Amino acid sequence: MKSIHVNDIINTVANLCVEVNCCLGDDVVRVLREAYEKESAELGRDALAQILENAEIARRERLPICQDTGLAVFFVEVGQDVLIEGGNLEEALHEGVRRGYRQGYLRSSVVDDPFVRRNTGDNTPAVIHMNVCDGNLLKITFMPKGAGSENMSGLRMLSPSDGLEGVMDFVVETVAQAGGNPCPPIIVGVGAGGSMEKACLLAKQALLRDVGQANSEPRLAEIEKELLRRINGLGIGPAGYGGRVTALAVHLDVFPTHIAMLPVAVNINCHAVRHGEVIL
Amino acid sequence: MMGGVAVGSPATGFKIILPPDPAILKQLKVGDKVLLSGTVYTARDAAHKRIAGALERGEVLPFDPCGQVIYYVGPTPAGLTPGGHRRVIGSAGPTTSGRLDVYTPALLQAGLAAMIGKGQRGPEVIEAIRTYQAVYFAAVGGTGALLSQKIISAEVVAYPELGPEAIYQLTVDDFPVVVAVDCLGNDLTLRP
Repeated sequence: MKSIHVNDIINTVANLCVEVNCCLGDDVVRVLREAYEKESAELGRDALAQILENAEIARRERLPICQDTGLAVFFVEVGQDVLIEGGNLEEALHEGVRRGYRQGYLRSSVVDDPFVRRNTGDNTPAVIHMNVCDGNLLKITFMPKGAGSENMSGLRMLSPSDGLEGVMDFVVETVAQAGGNPCPPIIVGVGAGGSMEKACLLAKQALLRDVGQANSEPRLAEIEKELLRRINGLGIGPAGYGGRVTALAVHLDVFPTHIAMLPVAVNINCHAVRHGEVIL
Repeated sequence: MMGGVAVGSPATGFKIILPPDPAILKQLKVGDKVLLSGTVYTARDAAHKRIAGALERGEVLPFDPCGQVIYYVGPTPAGLTPGGHRRVIGSAGPTTSGRLDVYTPALLQAGLAAMIGKGQRGPEVIEAIRTYQAVYFAAVGGTGALLSQKIISAEVVAYPELGPEAIYQLTVDDFPVVVAVDCLGNDLTLRP
Protein backbone atom coordinates (compact mmCIF):
# COMPACT_ATOMS: atom_id res chain seq x y z
CA MET A 1 0.00 0.00 0.00
CA LYS A 2 1.26 3.47 -0.88
CA SER A 3 -0.16 6.71 0.51
CA ILE A 4 -0.53 9.82 -1.64
CA HIS A 5 -1.73 13.04 -0.06
CA VAL A 6 -4.29 15.12 -1.95
CA ASN A 7 -2.11 18.21 -1.58
CA ASP A 8 0.54 16.53 -3.76
CA ILE A 9 -2.13 15.73 -6.32
CA ILE A 10 -3.46 19.30 -6.31
CA ASN A 11 0.01 20.84 -6.80
CA THR A 12 0.92 18.35 -9.50
CA VAL A 13 -2.27 18.93 -11.44
CA ALA A 14 -1.98 22.73 -11.14
CA ASN A 15 1.54 22.64 -12.63
CA LEU A 16 0.48 20.19 -15.32
CA CYS A 17 -2.36 22.48 -16.44
CA VAL A 18 0.03 25.38 -17.02
CA GLU A 19 2.83 23.33 -18.57
CA VAL A 20 0.60 21.52 -21.05
CA ASN A 21 -1.15 24.71 -22.15
CA CYS A 22 2.09 26.62 -22.80
CA CYS A 23 4.50 23.98 -24.14
CA LEU A 24 3.62 22.08 -27.29
CA GLY A 25 4.98 18.53 -27.32
CA ASP A 26 8.18 17.80 -29.27
CA ASP A 27 6.33 15.13 -31.26
CA VAL A 28 3.83 17.73 -32.49
CA VAL A 29 6.50 20.29 -33.36
CA ARG A 30 8.46 17.67 -35.34
CA VAL A 31 5.42 16.66 -37.39
CA LEU A 32 4.49 20.31 -38.00
CA ARG A 33 8.00 20.98 -39.34
CA GLU A 34 7.64 18.01 -41.70
CA ALA A 35 4.26 19.36 -42.79
CA TYR A 36 5.84 22.75 -43.53
CA GLU A 37 8.39 21.03 -45.80
CA LYS A 38 5.62 19.04 -47.54
CA GLU A 39 3.13 21.84 -48.08
CA SER A 40 3.32 23.50 -51.47
CA ALA A 41 0.36 25.90 -51.25
CA GLU A 42 1.64 29.38 -50.37
CA LEU A 43 -1.06 30.39 -47.87
CA GLY A 44 -0.94 26.94 -46.29
CA ARG A 45 2.83 27.23 -45.83
CA ASP A 46 2.42 30.70 -44.33
CA ALA A 47 -0.13 29.29 -41.87
CA LEU A 48 2.27 26.49 -40.85
CA ALA A 49 5.10 28.99 -40.38
CA GLN A 50 2.84 31.02 -38.06
CA ILE A 51 1.83 27.89 -36.16
CA LEU A 52 5.51 26.97 -35.60
CA GLU A 53 6.41 30.52 -34.56
CA ASN A 54 3.43 30.52 -32.21
CA ALA A 55 4.70 27.39 -30.44
CA GLU A 56 8.10 29.05 -29.91
CA ILE A 57 6.58 32.26 -28.55
CA ALA A 58 4.25 30.34 -26.24
CA ARG A 59 7.12 28.31 -24.78
CA ARG A 60 9.47 31.29 -24.40
CA GLU A 61 6.88 33.75 -23.06
CA ARG A 62 4.95 31.19 -20.98
CA LEU A 63 1.79 32.17 -22.87
CA PRO A 64 -0.97 29.70 -23.67
CA ILE A 65 -0.48 28.17 -27.15
CA CYS A 66 -4.13 28.95 -27.81
CA GLN A 67 -6.62 31.21 -26.02
CA ASP A 68 -8.94 28.22 -25.83
CA THR A 69 -7.25 26.50 -22.93
CA GLY A 70 -9.98 23.94 -23.07
CA LEU A 71 -12.30 21.85 -21.07
CA ALA A 72 -10.02 19.98 -18.64
CA VAL A 73 -10.23 16.28 -19.51
CA PHE A 74 -8.46 13.73 -17.31
CA PHE A 75 -7.68 10.05 -17.73
CA VAL A 76 -6.68 8.68 -14.36
CA GLU A 77 -5.34 5.24 -13.55
CA VAL A 78 -5.48 4.43 -9.87
CA GLY A 79 -3.46 1.48 -8.68
CA GLN A 80 -5.55 -0.63 -6.33
CA ASP A 81 -2.74 -0.49 -3.76
CA VAL A 82 -2.89 3.31 -3.54
CA LEU A 83 -4.36 5.04 -0.50
CA ILE A 84 -5.49 8.64 -1.05
CA GLU A 85 -4.99 10.71 2.10
CA GLY A 86 -6.38 14.03 3.22
CA GLY A 87 -9.43 14.20 0.98
CA ASN A 88 -11.15 13.02 -2.15
CA LEU A 89 -9.27 12.23 -5.37
CA GLU A 90 -11.83 13.73 -7.75
CA GLU A 91 -12.08 16.91 -5.70
CA ALA A 92 -8.26 17.15 -5.73
CA LEU A 93 -8.30 17.07 -9.54
CA HIS A 94 -10.90 19.85 -9.68
CA GLU A 95 -8.92 21.90 -7.16
CA GLY A 96 -5.75 21.41 -9.20
CA VAL A 97 -7.56 22.78 -12.26
CA ARG A 98 -8.92 25.71 -10.23
CA ARG A 99 -5.42 26.66 -9.04
CA GLY A 100 -3.58 25.93 -12.27
CA TYR A 101 -5.98 27.94 -14.40
CA ARG A 102 -5.85 30.90 -11.99
CA GLN A 103 -2.08 30.87 -11.42
CA GLY A 104 -1.29 30.29 -15.09
CA TYR A 105 -3.70 32.96 -16.35
CA LEU A 106 -5.51 30.34 -18.40
CA ARG A 107 -9.02 30.99 -19.68
CA SER A 108 -12.10 29.92 -17.78
CA SER A 109 -14.13 28.38 -20.56
CA VAL A 110 -16.68 26.31 -18.62
CA VAL A 111 -20.33 27.27 -18.15
CA ASP A 112 -22.38 25.84 -15.30
CA ASP A 113 -25.22 24.43 -17.36
CA PRO A 114 -25.70 23.79 -21.07
CA PHE A 115 -28.84 25.96 -21.12
CA VAL A 116 -28.27 28.59 -18.41
CA ARG A 117 -24.61 29.05 -19.51
CA ARG A 118 -23.07 31.04 -16.64
CA ASN A 119 -19.25 30.89 -16.61
CA THR A 120 -18.10 29.03 -13.49
CA GLY A 121 -15.09 31.35 -13.35
CA ASP A 122 -12.47 28.71 -12.56
CA ASN A 123 -12.71 26.24 -15.46
CA THR A 124 -14.24 23.55 -13.28
CA PRO A 125 -15.69 21.02 -13.26
CA ALA A 126 -13.17 18.89 -15.14
CA VAL A 127 -14.29 15.81 -17.09
CA ILE A 128 -12.72 12.82 -15.36
CA HIS A 129 -12.35 9.25 -16.63
CA MET A 130 -11.05 7.02 -13.86
CA ASN A 131 -9.87 3.42 -14.04
CA VAL A 132 -8.59 1.08 -11.38
CA CYS A 133 -5.49 -0.92 -12.27
CA ASP A 134 -2.90 -3.15 -10.59
CA GLY A 135 -0.02 -1.76 -8.56
CA ASN A 136 0.65 1.23 -6.33
CA LEU A 137 0.94 4.06 -8.82
CA LEU A 138 -1.38 6.94 -9.64
CA LYS A 139 -1.15 8.05 -13.28
CA ILE A 140 -2.82 11.31 -14.23
CA THR A 141 -3.15 12.30 -17.90
CA PHE A 142 -4.40 15.81 -18.59
CA MET A 143 -5.78 16.89 -21.94
CA PRO A 144 -7.25 20.38 -22.35
CA LYS A 145 -9.76 20.02 -25.19
CA GLY A 146 -10.69 23.09 -27.19
CA ALA A 147 -14.15 23.64 -28.62
CA GLY A 148 -13.13 24.43 -32.20
CA SER A 149 -12.13 20.85 -32.92
CA GLU A 150 -14.38 19.08 -30.37
CA ASN A 151 -17.44 20.67 -32.02
CA MET A 152 -16.47 19.11 -35.35
CA SER A 153 -16.27 15.58 -33.94
CA GLY A 154 -18.93 12.96 -34.55
CA LEU A 155 -20.37 9.55 -33.82
CA ARG A 156 -22.31 7.19 -36.02
CA MET A 157 -23.88 3.85 -35.18
CA LEU A 158 -23.23 1.94 -38.38
CA SER A 159 -24.64 -1.42 -39.33
CA PRO A 160 -22.19 -4.36 -39.42
CA SER A 161 -22.91 -4.65 -43.15
CA ASP A 162 -21.38 -1.16 -43.65
CA GLY A 163 -18.05 -2.71 -42.73
CA LEU A 164 -14.63 -1.08 -42.89
CA GLU A 165 -15.57 0.89 -46.00
CA GLY A 166 -18.53 2.44 -44.11
CA VAL A 167 -16.24 3.38 -41.24
CA MET A 168 -13.70 5.00 -43.56
CA ASP A 169 -16.40 6.92 -45.43
CA PHE A 170 -17.77 8.30 -42.16
CA VAL A 171 -14.31 9.42 -41.01
CA VAL A 172 -13.56 11.22 -44.27
CA GLU A 173 -17.05 12.73 -44.41
CA THR A 174 -16.69 14.09 -40.86
CA VAL A 175 -13.36 15.72 -41.70
CA ALA A 176 -14.74 17.14 -44.97
CA GLN A 177 -17.74 18.65 -43.17
CA ALA A 178 -15.42 20.23 -40.59
CA GLY A 179 -13.47 22.07 -43.29
CA GLY A 180 -11.29 24.83 -41.87
CA ASN A 181 -13.20 25.09 -38.57
CA PRO A 182 -11.19 22.71 -36.33
CA CYS A 183 -7.84 24.47 -36.98
CA PRO A 184 -6.18 22.13 -39.47
CA PRO A 185 -3.77 20.48 -39.87
CA ILE A 186 -5.70 18.23 -37.52
CA ILE A 187 -5.07 14.95 -35.73
CA VAL A 188 -7.96 12.53 -36.19
CA GLY A 189 -8.77 10.08 -33.41
CA VAL A 190 -10.99 7.21 -34.53
CA GLY A 191 -12.64 4.62 -32.28
CA ALA A 192 -14.46 1.67 -33.85
CA GLY A 193 -16.38 -1.01 -31.96
CA GLY A 194 -17.44 -1.29 -28.33
CA SER A 195 -20.64 0.52 -27.38
CA MET A 196 -21.61 4.10 -28.16
CA GLU A 197 -19.60 5.67 -25.33
CA LYS A 198 -16.73 3.18 -25.66
CA ALA A 199 -16.18 4.22 -29.28
CA CYS A 200 -16.00 7.87 -28.18
CA LEU A 201 -13.50 7.08 -25.43
CA LEU A 202 -11.35 5.06 -27.83
CA ALA A 203 -11.32 7.99 -30.27
CA LYS A 204 -10.31 10.46 -27.56
CA GLN A 205 -7.63 8.21 -26.08
CA ALA A 206 -6.20 7.58 -29.54
CA LEU A 207 -5.31 11.31 -29.54
CA LEU A 208 -2.95 10.70 -26.61
CA ARG A 209 -0.48 8.73 -28.72
CA ASP A 210 2.62 10.54 -29.99
CA VAL A 211 1.49 12.22 -33.19
CA GLY A 212 1.95 9.89 -36.13
CA GLN A 213 2.80 6.84 -34.04
CA ALA A 214 1.09 4.05 -35.96
CA ASN A 215 -1.17 1.47 -34.34
CA SER A 216 0.97 -1.50 -33.26
CA GLU A 217 -1.27 -3.86 -35.24
CA PRO A 218 -0.15 -3.74 -38.88
CA ARG A 219 -3.69 -4.17 -40.32
CA LEU A 220 -4.90 -1.15 -38.31
CA ALA A 221 -1.79 0.85 -39.18
CA GLU A 222 -2.63 0.27 -42.87
CA ILE A 223 -6.14 1.66 -42.34
CA GLU A 224 -4.68 4.71 -40.59
CA LYS A 225 -2.40 5.28 -43.57
CA GLU A 226 -5.22 4.95 -46.07
CA LEU A 227 -7.45 7.32 -44.06
CA LEU A 228 -4.64 9.89 -43.90
CA ARG A 229 -4.16 9.62 -47.66
CA ARG A 230 -7.87 10.17 -48.32
CA ILE A 231 -8.14 13.05 -45.84
CA ASN A 232 -5.13 14.82 -47.30
CA GLY A 233 -6.71 14.43 -50.70
CA LEU A 234 -9.58 16.69 -49.58
CA GLY A 235 -7.47 19.81 -50.16
CA ILE A 236 -8.68 21.67 -47.04
CA GLY A 237 -5.09 22.47 -46.10
CA PRO A 238 -3.51 24.30 -43.13
CA ALA A 239 -6.00 26.75 -41.54
CA GLY A 240 -8.45 25.71 -44.27
CA TYR A 241 -6.58 27.93 -46.74
CA GLY A 242 -6.15 25.05 -49.18
CA GLY A 243 -3.23 22.65 -49.53
CA ARG A 244 -2.12 19.08 -49.21
CA VAL A 245 -1.70 18.90 -45.41
CA THR A 246 -5.18 18.71 -43.88
CA ALA A 247 -4.28 16.14 -41.21
CA LEU A 248 -0.97 15.38 -39.50
CA ALA A 249 -2.04 11.89 -38.47
CA VAL A 250 -4.92 9.47 -38.05
CA HIS A 251 -4.91 7.34 -34.91
CA LEU A 252 -7.32 4.39 -34.93
CA ASP A 253 -8.21 2.10 -32.06
CA VAL A 254 -10.72 -0.75 -32.02
CA PHE A 255 -12.59 -2.81 -29.43
CA PRO A 256 -14.81 -5.92 -29.52
CA THR A 257 -18.43 -5.08 -30.19
CA HIS A 258 -21.94 -6.53 -30.35
CA ILE A 259 -23.04 -8.89 -33.16
CA ALA A 260 -25.49 -6.21 -34.32
CA MET A 261 -23.34 -3.08 -33.85
CA LEU A 262 -20.61 -1.10 -35.56
CA PRO A 263 -20.16 2.18 -33.70
CA VAL A 264 -17.57 4.62 -35.01
CA ALA A 265 -16.48 7.82 -33.32
CA VAL A 266 -14.28 10.53 -34.80
CA ASN A 267 -12.64 12.89 -32.33
CA ILE A 268 -10.91 15.73 -34.12
CA ASN A 269 -8.03 17.59 -32.51
CA CYS A 270 -6.59 20.87 -33.74
CA HIS A 271 -2.88 21.09 -34.64
CA ALA A 272 -2.16 22.12 -31.04
CA VAL A 273 -2.69 18.66 -29.58
CA ARG A 274 -1.98 19.24 -25.91
CA HIS A 275 -1.62 16.56 -23.26
CA GLY A 276 0.73 15.55 -20.49
CA GLU A 277 0.95 12.90 -17.84
CA VAL A 278 2.46 12.47 -14.40
CA ILE A 279 2.91 9.38 -12.32
CA LEU A 280 2.79 9.67 -8.54
CA MET B 1 -8.92 57.82 -37.54
CA MET B 2 -11.34 57.16 -40.37
CA GLY B 3 -9.92 56.37 -43.79
CA GLY B 4 -6.72 54.50 -44.37
CA VAL B 5 -4.19 53.32 -46.82
CA ALA B 6 -3.44 50.05 -48.54
CA VAL B 7 0.26 49.66 -49.13
CA GLY B 8 1.86 46.69 -50.81
CA SER B 9 0.92 44.10 -53.39
CA PRO B 10 -0.79 40.71 -53.46
CA ALA B 11 2.62 39.01 -53.30
CA THR B 12 4.06 40.84 -50.30
CA GLY B 13 0.72 41.52 -48.63
CA PHE B 14 -1.18 44.75 -48.05
CA LYS B 15 -1.08 46.99 -45.01
CA ILE B 16 -4.41 48.48 -44.02
CA ILE B 17 -5.20 51.06 -41.33
CA LEU B 18 -8.36 50.49 -39.28
CA PRO B 19 -11.13 51.49 -39.26
CA PRO B 20 -10.80 50.74 -42.95
CA ASP B 21 -11.50 52.97 -45.91
CA PRO B 22 -14.48 51.29 -47.69
CA ALA B 23 -12.86 51.96 -51.06
CA ILE B 24 -9.79 49.98 -49.99
CA LEU B 25 -11.84 47.04 -48.69
CA LYS B 26 -13.47 46.82 -52.13
CA GLN B 27 -10.07 46.38 -53.77
CA LEU B 28 -9.24 43.30 -51.72
CA LYS B 29 -9.48 39.91 -53.40
CA VAL B 30 -10.00 36.55 -51.81
CA GLY B 31 -6.62 35.04 -50.78
CA ASP B 32 -4.89 38.41 -50.36
CA LYS B 33 -2.49 38.57 -47.42
CA VAL B 34 -3.14 41.64 -45.26
CA LEU B 35 -1.55 43.24 -42.18
CA LEU B 36 -4.08 45.20 -40.14
CA SER B 37 -3.20 48.13 -37.85
CA GLY B 38 -5.61 50.20 -35.75
CA THR B 39 -8.81 49.64 -33.80
CA VAL B 40 -10.89 46.46 -33.63
CA TYR B 41 -13.65 45.40 -31.23
CA THR B 42 -13.81 41.90 -29.82
CA ALA B 43 -17.07 39.97 -29.62
CA ARG B 44 -17.91 36.29 -29.55
CA ASP B 45 -20.96 34.17 -28.68
CA ALA B 46 -22.35 35.82 -25.55
CA ALA B 47 -21.58 39.40 -26.68
CA HIS B 48 -23.13 38.75 -30.10
CA LYS B 49 -26.27 37.46 -28.45
CA ARG B 50 -26.56 40.66 -26.42
CA ILE B 51 -25.78 42.95 -29.37
CA ALA B 52 -28.33 41.15 -31.53
CA GLY B 53 -30.97 41.62 -28.82
CA ALA B 54 -30.11 45.32 -28.48
CA LEU B 55 -30.29 45.80 -32.26
CA GLU B 56 -33.69 44.09 -32.39
CA ARG B 57 -35.06 46.27 -29.61
CA GLY B 58 -33.58 49.40 -31.18
CA GLU B 59 -31.37 50.10 -28.14
CA VAL B 60 -28.06 51.95 -28.14
CA LEU B 61 -25.17 49.52 -28.75
CA PRO B 62 -22.04 49.46 -26.58
CA PHE B 63 -20.13 50.63 -29.66
CA ASP B 64 -21.29 51.81 -33.06
CA PRO B 65 -20.42 48.96 -35.47
CA CYS B 66 -20.76 51.26 -38.50
CA GLY B 67 -17.46 51.21 -40.40
CA GLN B 68 -15.74 49.12 -37.70
CA VAL B 69 -14.10 45.70 -37.53
CA ILE B 70 -15.10 42.92 -35.12
CA TYR B 71 -12.56 40.30 -34.05
CA TYR B 72 -14.05 37.01 -32.87
CA VAL B 73 -11.87 36.29 -29.85
CA GLY B 74 -12.07 35.43 -26.18
CA PRO B 75 -8.54 36.01 -24.85
CA THR B 76 -6.88 34.42 -21.85
CA PRO B 77 -6.38 36.80 -18.90
CA ALA B 78 -3.46 39.23 -19.17
CA GLY B 79 -0.80 37.60 -17.03
CA LEU B 80 2.79 38.55 -16.32
CA THR B 81 5.76 38.21 -18.63
CA PRO B 82 8.68 36.04 -17.43
CA GLY B 83 10.26 39.43 -16.51
CA GLY B 84 7.31 40.25 -14.24
CA HIS B 85 5.58 42.91 -16.36
CA ARG B 86 1.82 42.93 -16.88
CA ARG B 87 0.94 41.95 -20.43
CA VAL B 88 -1.45 43.95 -22.61
CA ILE B 89 -3.53 40.83 -23.14
CA GLY B 90 -3.16 37.06 -22.92
CA SER B 91 -3.26 34.57 -25.77
CA ALA B 92 -5.71 35.96 -28.33
CA GLY B 93 -6.35 33.93 -31.49
CA PRO B 94 -9.55 33.72 -33.53
CA THR B 95 -12.53 31.56 -32.62
CA THR B 96 -14.76 29.67 -35.08
CA SER B 97 -16.78 32.23 -37.05
CA GLY B 98 -19.57 29.88 -38.11
CA ARG B 99 -21.14 29.98 -34.64
CA LEU B 100 -21.72 33.72 -35.09
CA ASP B 101 -23.31 33.42 -38.54
CA VAL B 102 -26.79 33.65 -37.07
CA TYR B 103 -26.05 37.16 -35.70
CA THR B 104 -23.89 38.48 -38.54
CA PRO B 105 -26.29 39.70 -41.26
CA ALA B 106 -27.92 42.16 -38.80
CA LEU B 107 -24.51 43.56 -37.87
CA LEU B 108 -23.53 43.93 -41.51
CA GLN B 109 -26.82 45.73 -42.12
CA ALA B 110 -25.87 48.07 -39.25
CA GLY B 111 -22.72 48.95 -41.19
CA LEU B 112 -20.06 46.57 -39.85
CA ALA B 113 -17.15 46.83 -42.31
CA ALA B 114 -15.25 43.61 -41.67
CA MET B 115 -14.83 40.62 -39.38
CA ILE B 116 -11.81 38.60 -38.29
CA GLY B 117 -12.25 34.95 -37.35
CA LYS B 118 -11.43 31.44 -38.50
CA GLY B 119 -13.20 28.82 -40.59
CA GLN B 120 -15.94 29.06 -43.15
CA ARG B 121 -19.09 31.23 -43.24
CA GLY B 122 -22.59 30.16 -44.18
CA PRO B 123 -24.34 31.17 -47.42
CA GLU B 124 -26.51 33.83 -45.69
CA VAL B 125 -23.42 35.56 -44.33
CA ILE B 126 -21.64 35.44 -47.68
CA GLU B 127 -24.74 36.93 -49.32
CA ALA B 128 -24.85 39.71 -46.69
CA ILE B 129 -21.11 40.36 -47.18
CA ARG B 130 -21.80 40.90 -50.88
CA THR B 131 -24.90 43.04 -50.24
CA TYR B 132 -23.17 45.35 -47.75
CA GLN B 133 -19.72 45.26 -49.42
CA ALA B 134 -17.94 43.94 -46.35
CA VAL B 135 -14.92 41.63 -45.97
CA TYR B 136 -14.32 38.51 -43.88
CA PHE B 137 -10.70 38.11 -42.83
CA ALA B 138 -9.31 34.85 -41.47
CA ALA B 139 -6.46 34.60 -38.99
CA VAL B 140 -4.73 31.28 -38.30
CA GLY B 141 -6.58 29.42 -35.55
CA GLY B 142 -4.39 28.20 -32.71
CA THR B 143 -1.83 31.00 -32.95
CA GLY B 144 -3.06 33.02 -29.97
CA ALA B 145 0.42 33.52 -28.48
CA LEU B 146 1.79 34.95 -31.74
CA LEU B 147 -1.28 37.13 -32.34
CA SER B 148 -1.20 38.50 -28.78
CA GLN B 149 2.15 40.08 -29.67
CA LYS B 150 0.38 42.08 -32.40
CA ILE B 151 -2.01 43.68 -29.90
CA ILE B 152 -0.65 46.86 -28.37
CA SER B 153 -3.59 47.99 -26.24
CA ALA B 154 -6.71 46.41 -24.82
CA GLU B 155 -9.58 47.96 -22.89
CA VAL B 156 -12.90 46.44 -21.84
CA VAL B 157 -15.69 48.65 -23.22
CA ALA B 158 -18.79 46.54 -22.45
CA TYR B 159 -20.14 43.50 -20.59
CA PRO B 160 -17.18 43.05 -18.19
CA GLU B 161 -19.26 40.45 -16.35
CA LEU B 162 -18.84 38.14 -19.35
CA GLY B 163 -15.13 37.69 -18.50
CA PRO B 164 -13.34 36.36 -21.60
CA GLU B 165 -16.48 37.14 -23.61
CA ALA B 166 -16.53 40.86 -22.70
CA ILE B 167 -16.22 43.40 -25.52
CA TYR B 168 -12.71 44.83 -25.70
CA GLN B 169 -11.45 47.66 -27.84
CA LEU B 170 -8.06 46.54 -29.13
CA THR B 171 -5.33 48.34 -30.98
CA VAL B 172 -3.54 45.96 -33.32
CA ASP B 173 -0.27 46.47 -35.14
CA ASP B 174 0.53 44.50 -38.32
CA PHE B 175 -1.99 41.82 -37.38
CA PRO B 176 -1.69 39.09 -40.06
CA VAL B 177 -4.86 37.95 -41.83
CA VAL B 178 -5.99 36.57 -45.17
CA VAL B 179 -9.05 37.69 -47.13
CA ALA B 180 -11.34 34.67 -46.74
CA VAL B 181 -14.48 36.23 -48.26
CA ASP B 182 -14.14 39.36 -50.38
CA CYS B 183 -16.84 41.94 -51.06
CA LEU B 184 -17.93 40.06 -54.18
CA GLY B 185 -18.66 37.00 -52.03
CA ASN B 186 -15.72 34.93 -53.28
CA ASP B 187 -14.87 32.33 -50.63
CA LEU B 188 -11.39 31.01 -49.88
CA THR B 189 -12.40 28.02 -47.80
CA LEU B 190 -13.52 24.75 -49.31
CA ARG B 191 -17.14 24.06 -48.58
CA PRO B 192 -18.60 20.62 -47.85
